[in-house]
Amino acid sequence: MNVGLFIPCYIDQFYPNAAIATLNLLSRLGITVKYPVNQTCCGQPMANSGFEHLTQGCNDLFIDNFSEFDYIVSPSGSCVLHIKDHLHSAAAEDKASGIRKKVYELTEFLTDVLKVDKLSARFPHKVGVHQSCHGQRGLMLAQMTELVDAPFSKPLHLLKMVEGLELVELSRPDECCGFGGTFCVAEEAVSVKMGKDRVADHINHGAEYITAADMSCLMHMEGILRRQNSNVKVLHIAEILNAQ
Amino acid sequence: MSSGTKDHAALSDIFNKDEARVDWHDETLWFVRAKRDKAAHNIPEWESLREAASQIKNNVLSNLHNYLIEFEEQAQKNGVTVHWAADAAEHNQIVHSILKEHGVNRLIKSKSMLTEECHLNEYLKQNEIEVIDTDLGERIVQLAQEPPSHIVLPCIHKKKEEIGELFHEHLGTPEGMADPVFLTAAAREHLRETFLTRKAAITGVNFAVAETGEFVVCTNEGNADMGAHLADVHIACMGIEKIIPKRKNLGVFLRLLTRSATGQPITTYSSHFKKPRPGQQMHLVLVDNGRTTQLSRPDFRNSLKCIRCAACMNTCPVYRRSGGHSYHTAVAGPIGSILAPNLDMKEYSDLPFASTLCGSCSNVCPVKINIHEQLYKWRQVIVKEGYADPTKKLAMKAMEFTLSSPFVYKNAGKVGRWFMKHAPFTVNNKLNLWYQHREMPEVPKESFEEWYKKNKKND
Repeated sequence: MNVGLFIPCYIDQFYPNAAIATLNLLSRLGITVKYPVNQTCCGQPMANSGFEHLTQGCNDLFIDNFSEFDYIVSPSGSCVLHIKDHLHSAAAEDKASGIRKKVYELTEFLTDVLKVDKLSARFPHKVGVHQSCHGQRGLMLAQMTELVDAPFSKPLHLLKMVEGLELVELSRPDECCGFGGTFCVAEEAVSVKMGKDRVADHINHGAEYITAADMSCLMHMEGILRRQNSNVKVLHIAEILNAQ
Repeated sequence: MSSGTKDHAALSDIFNKDEARVDWHDETLWFVRAKRDKAAHNIPEWESLREAASQIKNNVLSNLHNYLIEFEEQAQKNGVTVHWAADAAEHNQIVHSILKEHGVNRLIKSKSMLTEECHLNEYLKQNEIEVIDTDLGERIVQLAQEPPSHIVLPCIHKKKEEIGELFHEHLGTPEGMADPVFLTAAAREHLRETFLTRKAAITGVNFAVAETGEFVVCTNEGNADMGAHLADVHIACMGIEKIIPKRKNLGVFLRLLTRSATGQPITTYSSHFKKPRPGQQMHLVLVDNGRTTQLSRPDFRNSLKCIRCAACMNTCPVYRRSGGHSYHTAVAGPIGSILAPNLDMKEYSDLPFASTLCGSCSNVCPVKINIHEQLYKWRQVIVKEGYADPTKKLAMKAMEFTLSSPFVYKNAGKVGRWFMKHAPFTVNNKLNLWYQHREMPEVPKESFEEWYKKNKKND
């Protein structure tokens, strides 16, 4: 199995540990992963701001870097959703459509492709799970509270295999954290208020850690937690699934 | 209604100065959303109902012309006078001319978002005609001289103490009285007197049945019925998208509407109006006001399926924390943000950006409008049409330059991280909107790419 590792720009620059954990986790599960070093960004910040027409450079780079792999795996639901929904190329549309079908967020790759049913991981802490909107509603990583259907959650399925980990229940299990890409600065007041409320739900239920399949939501919540001098930490789900 | 130069972000910033009020607003609406969830989960076939409603509306939108003609013919047969208005101005003129014809200068109106959209109240006021809104929430915002902040709960932004003050000033209730039961009784008395003395009543329309020419008005207070039953002239104003093909389709929509809106199993009054009673005149004004333009935009035509339940507002984490007035348009929230740019792209160019694209709005929508996808698409249209903020434009160009080249990206990353680490004041200052209420991420000693090159490349 030929797997390409797609590490979004902000994880590359600010959260290398989440990327290293993803790489190590996949390696421990027997998967050989290759990281194309010339990757930059999926183009989502531009596209979501209305500048989709400026993303061709990113799209072309992405296609160059990733079209040869059987699977593309990334520790970021939001970026994966962007690629799935919006990666196009007039010059290489067949390659683009191939990529759209074989790009996976890490937890869905573990659950749906590798069908992981046990993990040797240990994390004896109280953990709140932030179900990021793009992962949950966009990639359908978990059932959404608005829809009438049976519950499921790919991230929770995996976290339940971690020894010692105690999941905390939230009052609002799938409320948006307010990061929203450029929304976090363009609508700073609402974004921060949403983040504060999201963080408070976790704190009120005794979480020591907040985890997610999207580092971007965690970056926003971490910024708020640190401003509040809170002891609650954020950790990407790969770091927990890989914890010993 | 227009906010002048203020946009959603600026207006929300003001709303967020009072955090306790934001919490209260958020919790009140969340309570309604939770009720909606409970009501929806009590119907095992809920998702099939949504699909059925969506398909019926697809049929309507694809055959709108024919259904409208059928509806007009049937309504005329029933003795209703049908008017057509191309836009808000024509709608207002038609209503005014009917009132003039009957020498009416005071009238009552039940809740109608279309008349809000057309600014009918202001228009009639300028023409010295007094309008009294009879929906309690509408009456409260009318007394406060404010537009509604929510399409189903027009005064949801007001606390009971503030309503007490308004009633004290306008209806003579005791000062400091904020008991909802007492205030409601006072409003009822005031409105009863109004119902009995007005010769003309305006109502909205929730559903218009092409097959029979009848229309259905849904209220929880029965105020539409009281107005229309007592008045000599009943004027009903409807957007042309309110058509449904057959009476039998109604069941689907009535089951969805109130559960989505308030979590109730059914609206208290779903009143069918078909023909005027002897001696009464019934007028129907069918209004386009941009709807056919929206119908002609393939990416946005779905927005015309909306049955105005407001579920998208109640679930929207941004609406709950910014308030309806921050949208500066008659229909606020996610649905308003995809309807308003069709009316005036420049004035409402901010609204499609007032969202995190979390997608909850699309999930609660009883007619399955892909709201968050349309928000994304509007953003592309608005930027292409030249309504993007110039600073944002520059930032995006810079981003394109940086991210299109691995070399530039890696160097920019290195330089950026160096500055954050060694000269934090260049980043941690008040010009950085992220930093105002959040810390910047801690700078790692190397990027993942640097780590990978050192540790893994030759594995």
